[in-house]
Amino acid sequence: MWKLFVTRVIQAIFTLWVVSGVVFFSARITGSPDLALMPPDALPEDRATFRAAYGLDKPIVVQYGRWLERVLHGDLGKGIQHKVPVVELIGPRLLNSLKLATVGVVMAVVLALPLGVVAAVKRGQLWDRIAMGVGLGGQALPSFWLALILVLLFSVHLKLLPATGMGTWKHYVLPGFTLGWFITAGATRLVRSSMLDVLDAEFVKLARSKGVAELWVVCKHALRNALISVVTFLGFMFGIVIASSITTETVFVWPGIGRLVFEALLVRDFPLIQGIVLIWSAIMIFLNLLVDLAYGLLDPRIRM
Amino acid sequence: MKRNTLSASASDPFQGFLAAARTLPKIPTAIVILVFLTAICANLLTGMLLPEANQIDLRLRYTAPWPLQGSSPTHLLGTDRLGRDLLSRMIVGARNSLAVAVVAIFVAATVGTILGLIAGYLGGWADAVMMRCVDIMLSFPAILVALVFVVTIGASFWMVVTILALLLWAHFARLVRGEVLSWKERDFVALAKVAGASTPRIIVQHLFPNIFNSVVVLATLQIGWAIVVESALSFLGAGIPPPEPTWGNLVAEGRDVLDSAWWISVFPGLAIMLMVLSFNLFGDWLRDVLDPKLRQL
Repeated sequence: MWKLFVTRVIQAIFTLWVVSGVVFFSARITGSPDLALMPPDALPEDRATFRAAYGLDKPIVVQYGRWLERVLHGDLGKGIQHKVPVVELIGPRLLNSLKLATVGVVMAVVLALPLGVVAAVKRGQLWDRIAMGVGLGGQALPSFWLALILVLLFSVHLKLLPATGMGTWKHYVLPGFTLGWFITAGATRLVRSSMLDVLDAEFVKLARSKGVAELWVVCKHALRNALISVVTFLGFMFGIVIASSITTETVFVWPGIGRLVFEALLVRDFPLIQGIVLIWSAIMIFLNLLVDLAYGLLDPRIRM
Repeated sequence: MKRNTLSASASDPFQGFLAAARTLPKIPTAIVILVFLTAICANLLTGMLLPEANQIDLRLRYTAPWPLQGSSPTHLLGTDRLGRDLLSRMIVGARNSLAVAVVAIFVAATVGTILGLIAGYLGGWADAVMMRCVDIMLSFPAILVALVFVVTIGASFWMVVTILALLLWAHFARLVRGEVLSWKERDFVALAKVAGASTPRIIVQHLFPNIFNSVVVLATLQIGWAIVVESALSFLGAGIPPPEPTWGNLVAEGRDVLDSAWWISVFPGLAIMLMVLSFNLFGDWLRDVLDPKLRQL
């Protein structure tokens, strides 16, 4: 267990370091920041002074080292557009995104778990077909398009739910559903297939032959073991939530971090983009790490 | 039923093929073939039968799809804010979206297969290094980093292809490596080694043919995903730049006029959905026929 823990932590730190390098150097591909920060008609001497003042005359590796040091102290610089420290800009937006992600994940768990279980138990029947339909549909529907269709239906035509912004619980329904739909589909497929595997296992047959009630067999013996594979999916699930939150929040003008990154991309606000990518990556890598470790605890076979 | 197909294919290849062909999902396959043909003939179709995809006619702005009020049969699916024919743009969009997806999958499959073969067969540190790279790629917030690249370098066809290939190769490498690990212990590989075959020869002649089916199946299953990601990038303005149409940027164009000109967003989105659904169903079938081991994927 220790060895697993140590290798995974080292790997996570290494991944984060790679991300930071990619983020830093990609921003420098188009040239030194003084081109963007100074007026185009600035004198060469002024440019030289400016570059010296900000350490831009040093070798790029040294610059990277100094940048990394500041990042480690929580200083991600100021955004070009809003002139506010990036950390302050990201904080509240991240909270909004997490609220939305929670709605999506709760929806996935509430819908996918029963649907997947029933589909596996009543294999080939109506519920199974519904579950398969949800699974296939979730993969095929692009979330940004689903979002637009929901707006068209519920906001434009039926006028039931607000299309943009946040405030009341009604604002959560459409974006939450959009975000949840994708992972609900994946989770349903996963619960169904792992339940099918477990229901076939020897210990479930033994429980049945002992005369344990079917409901108890399904809920206690089978579901508990099927959930192990669902846990591994959680990390992947957050990855999907993060990726689709960019398009979902853009459509619903949700003041979250996905919308923020889209705005930053439009005005090419590099410090902000770098900050978001770094923080986001850190969250994702950390979640993956947690999932790996939880998996190690749940399934002794991989504790090597 | 599926099991029957498989045992039949083991005993008699031709009978097996017939049995497999009978389970072919007909509608999805037809859609895949139709869209591919349309994409290949895009220039012919839009030049001769339909208006050019970028032909602007401001008098015809926001024409509704036929047969709604104020529409004309020359613009079956209506027109956009510049009076361009939506059907023509969707056909050219099909060509662009499919080209990106297919080229990206091809690149990713080639790179992933080569690396997977080498890592799996050689083992040792080559394997360790590659598997760490794969692990990193799979826990990488790749979409975000891709967006950073698009902003710094600029959006273009090859940029999108590169991004998708970077996102995908790790899946191929991992699959191929796993397969190679099980194949390389077989007797025929040992025999080849005894007979003096070189390492490249063993990999190319003996291992590659055995893992080829799995690669094809994974590639088919990933095409749908590639189409969705490509359209999402286009939707965000990070795909092939306008005025060149893709399914994703067509949906994005219709976003602001959703309440008045719904068709601009709805039809391209439907096209994405149908295409991805068809590809996935076709891929599922191919997997059952070619490679039942992968059923868990």
